[in-house]
Amino acid sequence: MIPKLIGVGVVAGFFGALFGVGGGIVIIPLLVVLCSFDQRRASATSLTAILVSSAAGAITYALHGDVKPGAAAVIGLPAVAGVLVGTAVQQRVRMNQLTYGFALVLVAVGIRLLV
Amino acid sequence: MTSLVVVGLLGAAGGVLAGLFGVGGGILFVPTLVLVLHLTQVHAEASSLLAILPTALVGSWRQHRYGNVDLRVAVIVGTTSIGGVQLGVLLAESLPETLLRRLFGALLIAVAGNLAWRIRRRSGTLPE
Repeated sequence: MIPKLIGVGVVAGFFGALFGVGGGIVIIPLLVVLCSFDQRRASATSLTAILVSSAAGAITYALHGDVKPGAAAVIGLPAVAGVLVGTAVQQRVRMNQLTYGFALVLVAVGIRLLV
Repeated sequence: MTSLVVVGLLGAAGGVLAGLFGVGGGILFVPTLVLVLHLTQVHAEASSLLAILPTALVGSWRQHRYGNVDLRVAVIVGTTSIGGVQLGVLLAESLPETLLRRLFGALLIAVAGNLAWRIRRRSGTLPE
């Protein structure tokens, strides 16, 4: 299993740093498919792995002068409160319509960035 | 000043959405920093990685308490990611700004497709 995990780490680090995202997009499905993790365990484990990959990415970019710490703080600190609210609400609402709505928003922003 | 308030609100909203839908905050931080604060794509991505850390820290701590984290797997994946990170940073910095932004746009659409697919699959099975 260790060679698989090393592969997952390298690929996740690459995509996470290339796109400035944590890498959960890669880690979660790979842990599910390659290592037969269930979704919850995969997400939780991915979140912890992302601590390391995101810190490594932030440090590497910072060494090249690309990180704007003020911008990161303004968006990253309020997000902590937001996540706590989001995970609490998740237990209480019907998700399907909401998720389709959110997917549409992502498509709209994606198109805005494409053009 | 106004845009900083907007970014702060979008950060909180991004956190809510990330918690609700189980996507990373970065997928929302990067477009916010590009479209509202007008950072370059590379600066937005670099800053997003720093912005992810507090959320990931709080989230990991909670998930660890719930006993959902396989710490050994997380350490192996996290440590080996550092090599991949170097390649990703090099590529992001060498790609033309517009191309990197467009690739990110395509990534957002792919994530949207994946979310929709997860819902379709889940609605055919019993809830967890």
